[in-house]
Amino acid sequence: MMMPPPAMPAAFQVEKPVPGPGMGDFSYVGIDAILEQMRRKAMKQGFELNIMVVGQSGLGKSTLMNTLFKSKVSRKSVQATSQEKIPKTIDIKSVSHDIEEKGVRMKLTVIDTPGFGDQINNENCWQPIMKFINAQYEQYLQEEININRKKRIPDSRVHCCIYFIPPTGHCLRPLDVEFMRRLSKVVNIVPVIAKADTLTLEERDFFKQKIREELRANGIDVYPQKEFDEDAEDRMINDKIREMIPFAVVGSDQEYQVNGRRLLGRKTKWGTIEVENIAHCEFAYLRDLLIRTHMENIKDITSSIHYEVYRVRRLNENNTAIAHEGEDTHWGD
Amino acid sequence: MDAIMLQEKLVERLLCPRVRTARRKEKQYVGFATLPNQVHRKSVKKGFDFTLMVAGESGMGKSTLVNSLFLTDLYKDRKLLNSEERINQTVEIIKHTVDIEEKGVKLKLTIVDTPGFGDAVNNNECWKPITDYIDQQFEQYFRDESGLNRKNIQDNRVHCCLYFIPPFGHGLRPVDVEFMKALHEKVNVVPLIAKADCLTPNEIKKLKDRVREEIERFGIKVYQFPECDSDEDEEFKQLDKELKECCPLAVIGSNTVVETRGQRVRGRLYPWGIVEVENQSHCDFVKLRNMLIRSHMHDLKDVTCDVHYENYRAQCIQDMTSKLTQDNRMESPIPILPLSTPDVETDRLIKMKDEELARMQEMLNKMQQQIHDGKDQ
Repeated sequence: MMMPPPAMPAAFQVEKPVPGPGMGDFSYVGIDAILEQMRRKAMKQGFELNIMVVGQSGLGKSTLMNTLFKSKVSRKSVQATSQEKIPKTIDIKSVSHDIEEKGVRMKLTVIDTPGFGDQINNENCWQPIMKFINAQYEQYLQEEININRKKRIPDSRVHCCIYFIPPTGHCLRPLDVEFMRRLSKVVNIVPVIAKADTLTLEERDFFKQKIREELRANGIDVYPQKEFDEDAEDRMINDKIREMIPFAVVGSDQEYQVNGRRLLGRKTKWGTIEVENIAHCEFAYLRDLLIRTHMENIKDITSSIHYEVYRVRRLNENNTAIAHEGEDTHWGD
Repeated sequence: MDAIMLQEKLVERLLCPRVRTARRKEKQYVGFATLPNQVHRKSVKKGFDFTLMVAGESGMGKSTLVNSLFLTDLYKDRKLLNSEERINQTVEIIKHTVDIEEKGVKLKLTIVDTPGFGDAVNNNECWKPITDYIDQQFEQYFRDESGLNRKNIQDNRVHCCLYFIPPFGHGLRPVDVEFMKALHEKVNVVPLIAKADCLTPNEIKKLKDRVREEIERFGIKVYQFPECDSDEDEEFKQLDKELKECCPLAVIGSNTVVETRGQRVRGRLYPWGIVEVENQSHCDFVKLRNMLIRSHMHDLKDVTCDVHYENYRAQCIQDMTSKLTQDNRMESPIPILPLSTPDVETDRLIKMKDEELARMQEMLNKMQQQIHDGKDQ
């Protein structure tokens, strides 16, 4: 923190300092230094991010997570599984890692949901997931109303749910619609087209358009939600993003030599797909959205909107419960 | 404003999606190091707020110091009361709010003034209106925080209280001690030696030593500067050390500009010389300003939120729960959730209080018995 050299005040115009907020003497009070103080504190504390991945097995969820964070963060990397067996019911598995970049520390939690959509009868397969998300909200709420609460409540709330759409090329399946319809009300959903290397560019555009139409027709609000845009600047940027979702992604954690450079990609007989090349797939856009530009916004919407909705609902539940209890308890207003 | 640049770059890319961009540098870079910038950008948009309370007898230079600190003139139309009018005056709480903007950062500054403090003949409990005010702000925040609509909570909690100690005496007076003790667990108290231009450097040193020693002796918990991290640079550590050694800070304020050594500075003109407010060898004003605004403003707010407010809240809830066991009826300003399993913490507290009540009851019975026996004899 550098202190400015002893103030050499600029020339004054009158004997008595001109009254007026902050501009009195044309000198420097120094209130912008608070940004540096905040930043320093944030760096010390570190950040938390909880991402959930949902989709049928084999859509590349774990690989995509590894590609996003350029390290082995997914469930599969942590547990050695010789065979992938489809579990009978939906499992919710959380894996946490502490990662660091340029002095910024982050506790990243990847929540995997193996078994989703894999059964013969997939009715209500979103229920365990809803339950999990609400359980995290409940945990946070209990900590918040505690008498002696922690200085920094550990945040296990799901900030973002990436939903993997299989690249059929036609339209959304009923399962996709059902899931997204229900969950977009409690968590930020980011839909992606998985394994997009099976679609040509025209097929991809057509598919995306169909998906967008169906989302609109079913009233599904995915991230970035239109109603949460704060100002004109946000709206402009978010509108451009809304025109592009869902992102068509390809994941890979293997490097290949392309044109003298080592790149992440998938090598086939007809060419090598470069993951970070935007002419090949939209992975880079997804990464930029999730990590480089909108991460804070995603967390903010989770805590100030989704969580608040949950909280209000819980508190109202209590009030109606008390009203029916009668007896000794008498709640004032 | 890197985050804004990033946003713009994203927009650019979105506008021409098929253009191939060179990405050599970004090979191993995930990119979440921009997180502090994202937070930064959001805070700049929202702006900050800060509430500062000034307390001390009339004529200690409080208003002048506030004007000097924030380069404003908040007290333009103030009317000073004469002594007759002051006889019947009680301690008031007056708020002044001003919006300051500097380099794109907006600050909503609220100054809470306490005219009338310590001015009466009998100053018993003259700090009560002040502690009541602070508690009221805590209560307001508590209600807001526990309410249903938490979107736009106004934070009116007092973040820092500057207490002005007169330089004329030999250390702390009883009213100084009592005031600081009444407030040290509710707000960050920063004691200052006012009107330091009436003391020579030796006298200042002696007074500071004396005040420091008395603060320790009476167990007054003034605001402590947080320890420096080991990875801070040497200059910062040095400044921090100097700051700690200089407490309490001896300050001088001024509403006038004088010309000295070819420059125009804030100062006071005496026949025997000119006192410059921003001259570090004349007084500790610069240290105070740097501490309050440039280096510790965020920490002051944090300590208020994490320590003072939490203590208030814990106390409030405990009081409410003990009232609950006593008369089974409760006017609850905060919604309490139905807990499926009884809260271990609350149960334990209730049990503790019950045991305490039982013990006290036993003691009372014993005492009554003794008195009874004494009467018989």
